Amino acid sequence: MARQGSPRVVVSSRRSLLVDVLRKPLGAASIVFLLLIIVVSMLAPVLATHNPLYQDLGAVRLMPSAEHWLGTDALGRDIYSRLLYGGQESLLGVAQALIVALALAVPIGIAAGYFGGWLDWLVMRTIDISLAIPGIIVTLAVLAIFHNSMFAAMVVYGVLVSAGAARVIRSVVLGVREELYIDAGRTTGLTSAQILVRHVLPRTLGVVIVQAAMLSAIALGVQTGLAFLGFGPQPPEPTWGGMVGEASSMLQYFTWMIVPTSGIIVLTTLAFGLLGDAVRDANAERIQRPVRSTRKRSSTASAQIAAATAAQEGGDSGLPVDEEALLSVRDLTVAFGAGDDATVVLDRVSFDIQRGETVGLVGESGSGKTVTAMAVLGLLAEGGRVLSGQIRFDGVDISGYSRRQYSALRGTKMAMISQEPMVALDPAFRIGFQIAEVVRAQHRVSWSAARRRAQELLEAVRLPNPREVAKMYPHQVSGGMAQRIAIAIALAGRPQLLVADEPTTALDVTVQAEILDLLRALQERLGMAVLFVTHDWGVVADICDRAVVMYAGQVVERSTVERAFEDALHPYSQALQRSNPHDAPKGAPLPTIGGAVPPAGRWPTGCHFAPRCPLATEACSEGRIPMIAAQDDHWARCIRIDEARAAREQTDESLEVTK
Amino acid sequence: MISMLLRRLVLVIPMVIVVSVIMFLLASLVPGDQARAILGESATPESLEALRDQLGLNLPWYHQYLNWALSALRGDLGSSIYSGESVVSILAGRFPVTASLALLSTLVIAVIGICLGLLSALRGGVVGRILDSVSLFGLAVPSFAIAILLVSLFAVTVRIFPATGYSPIDQGLGPWLWALVLPVVALSLGGTTLVAKQMRDSAKEALGKDYVRFLRANGVGEFSIVLRHVLKNASIPTVTILGIGAISALTGTVFIENVFVLPGLGTLATQVTLNHDLPVLLGVGVLFTLVAVVISLVVDVLYGVLNPKVRTS
Repeated sequence: MARQGSPRVVVSSRRSLLVDVLRKPLGAASIVFLLLIIVVSMLAPVLATHNPLYQDLGAVRLMPSAEHWLGTDALGRDIYSRLLYGGQESLLGVAQALIVALALAVPIGIAAGYFGGWLDWLVMRTIDISLAIPGIIVTLAVLAIFHNSMFAAMVVYGVLVSAGAARVIRSVVLGVREELYIDAGRTTGLTSAQILVRHVLPRTLGVVIVQAAMLSAIALGVQTGLAFLGFGPQPPEPTWGGMVGEASSMLQYFTWMIVPTSGIIVLTTLAFGLLGDAVRDANAERIQRPVRSTRKRSSTASAQIAAATAAQEGGDSGLPVDEEALLSVRDLTVAFGAGDDATVVLDRVSFDIQRGETVGLVGESGSGKTVTAMAVLGLLAEGGRVLSGQIRFDGVDISGYSRRQYSALRGTKMAMISQEPMVALDPAFRIGFQIAEVVRAQHRVSWSAARRRAQELLEAVRLPNPREVAKMYPHQVSGGMAQRIAIAIALAGRPQLLVADEPTTALDVTVQAEILDLLRALQERLGMAVLFVTHDWGVVADICDRAVVMYAGQVVERSTVERAFEDALHPYSQALQRSNPHDAPKGAPLPTIGGAVPPAGRWPTGCHFAPRCPLATEACSEGRIPMIAAQDDHWARCIRIDEARAAREQTDESLEVTK
Repeated sequence: MISMLLRRLVLVIPMVIVVSVIMFLLASLVPGDQARAILGESATPESLEALRDQLGLNLPWYHQYLNWALSALRGDLGSSIYSGESVVSILAGRFPVTASLALLSTLVIAVIGICLGLLSALRGGVVGRILDSVSLFGLAVPSFAIAILLVSLFAVTVRIFPATGYSPIDQGLGPWLWALVLPVVALSLGGTTLVAKQMRDSAKEALGKDYVRFLRANGVGEFSIVLRHVLKNASIPTVTILGIGAISALTGTVFIENVFVLPGLGTLATQVTLNHDLPVLLGVGVLFTLVAVVISLVVDVLYGVLNPKVRTS
């Protein structure tokens, strides 16, 4: 996964929700349509061309004409005029149900979500029960009791559907309640009522409107449905549902009438639905609107790609391909995104891993170490691609491999364990099954043979009671156990290369040591190479043979572990080691590196570390800094190696003095 | 798992009580006189009073409810005001039609919804956009309107399916299925799109999980990853939505059976509403509640089967 910085949350209050909705074509269209329908229905007495009840038996079942815009029905009544009057009844019914539903759902949902406790419990249980009530049957009972009154039916229906809406509103309020500004309001002495009105209510507004639109669509369906079944105002009164009923009874010989009558219902419900969708989208964008990338940045991105590809020939690492190495990565350049939005996240990364060797890939978050590891495995997150460079595994460049080719490689030649063992295992399957599945993916064996092999693997990673563990689910084991299980899975295919992505970071210190011991022992026994991604120099010292330090998408230093500790040359490597809590002198404040790793796409020209480097000069920001060989097999991407070495020796001496 | 189910079963009791009390209260509010409805206009005051006593109509409503509930527990839901037939036998005659509709619709919702959602999560793009537009249609447009459009297209314009009528299953599987095609399509459209959307979202979420990357990294093929790991994990939230779809298909029968003139509980409910035959309507309400409760129990069981965290804690 590329860590490209999470989008900043901006709650904009400058523009109203209505404007945001109107900017969406479907949102604007549905609002205009609904307003039109409402106005036209209200003005029916003015706009109708005919008396809706006037029968003209000489002009029955006519197609549309200049006289009858939408034709006439079986009794020669004007369909257009009847639809206008029918709309009054339908929209009134929707409004009645909606008002009742919101009047109940909004206060109940907000109160339950905000105050929680027994009130919430009571409300939720009531909602559970009321959701099981067959609303439509209760509504029918109401119609039977209240003399076919559509008003009573819609009011009761509004009560029944309020439960679902209250539940949605409650869950939103639950989220809002946890936010910092609500806490801040509470501590500065605002009363609950003030907080609810000023802060909670505005934040739920979007959701309430979405719910209102959805409820309107449902209520219109029920209102017209009931009228269709013959409830509510009786003929000859025009109703939308009743007209659909008339149309469907003569479908065989006058098909036309079904078009305008059901069409108006379909369009109006669709408009409610589209309005709800548009409000939901607009609301989501308001709450989480990432800072928009400007055109300027995009053009620098494409410039970067051009530069990265142009400088490709020959590379600048000065490192020839190592034909002997198990893994030889050369000038690996990776970008995320397509076209002008693409961002280069790895810039000509080169390193080698010999057979049986452990190489530490060291750096802070955002340095590109995990992306490098995933690129080797062919598992770049969506949108990521290798722009140029080679990944030579066992002498073959696999960087252009297809998904199928990579699949054949993974598991048997290379395998992975990851940072969070608890989420690396599928929570829905038993541990034994998951191991057996991986075994079967690599060898054509029966399930029972695969399960036996799973037992052996669990024993190999020194898990007590492997038989019991195989029957467990991932949530039943500890983090350390989960990592052992993950290692068992990774070893199932006897890989030559194990990519370990911060495998101990999430674990307790004692468990960390156990896992490292286990990895070392397994490595000796199986002779596999390990690419160990970490930010912890202690782990590097403990297990690695060589270290590759990365910063902002580049390799900045490459050496044996001994030299990395004795003679770290790159100012970044030095700073990283000084900030390691294990080595810091007791009592003194922990040295930190000022500033942060610049995100991909905002790398400075020249040395990426220059803005944070105490030794930086103007020359450091001019042009690309090459890897410079300090000694045999010790390289650093720094033009001030000598100054850096002198500076380090000075600090070391002063540290000796304080110790 | 067992204790969770028992707790759910215990919740069923208040649900059925609440619904029956609501329905009963509504019924007792009915203006008019059941005794007169049964005996007719020419009945003498004495015989009316005698019948009221016999029916317990002079008792307070909670007493009446208790009587009704006690006989309901013995399997007696009273009898129709009009025909005098027992409510249980009326319901039993109608139930197979509605059950066929609801079961077939739920099957369609599950199979097509899950397949479409998974496909859309994997292929995105075109399938996703079609799904979005169809789902809005399926969700927003009332099912009776869809039903009428289906009839005018496939039974009137192109005569493929019957426009109305029902053929019992014991008179042949073919005619039974044929008669139910259009009603089932109308009933399942909304639920199918609901399930497909949920499936797409949760399958997309599952595809982005660490365990999928871990399985890929260690050589498990895409086929197993999608059809085993993604499908099972994404099904967990989808099952809840499937339950909602099944219940909406059940209540939708009230409208759909009327469009297709099917002799089920839905047409019964509207007919007895027009007749003010409240004992029968009360029976339909209780039966619908029971079925809805059974559906949510089945959902809970499926949820537990799919999600080991529920089962083992």
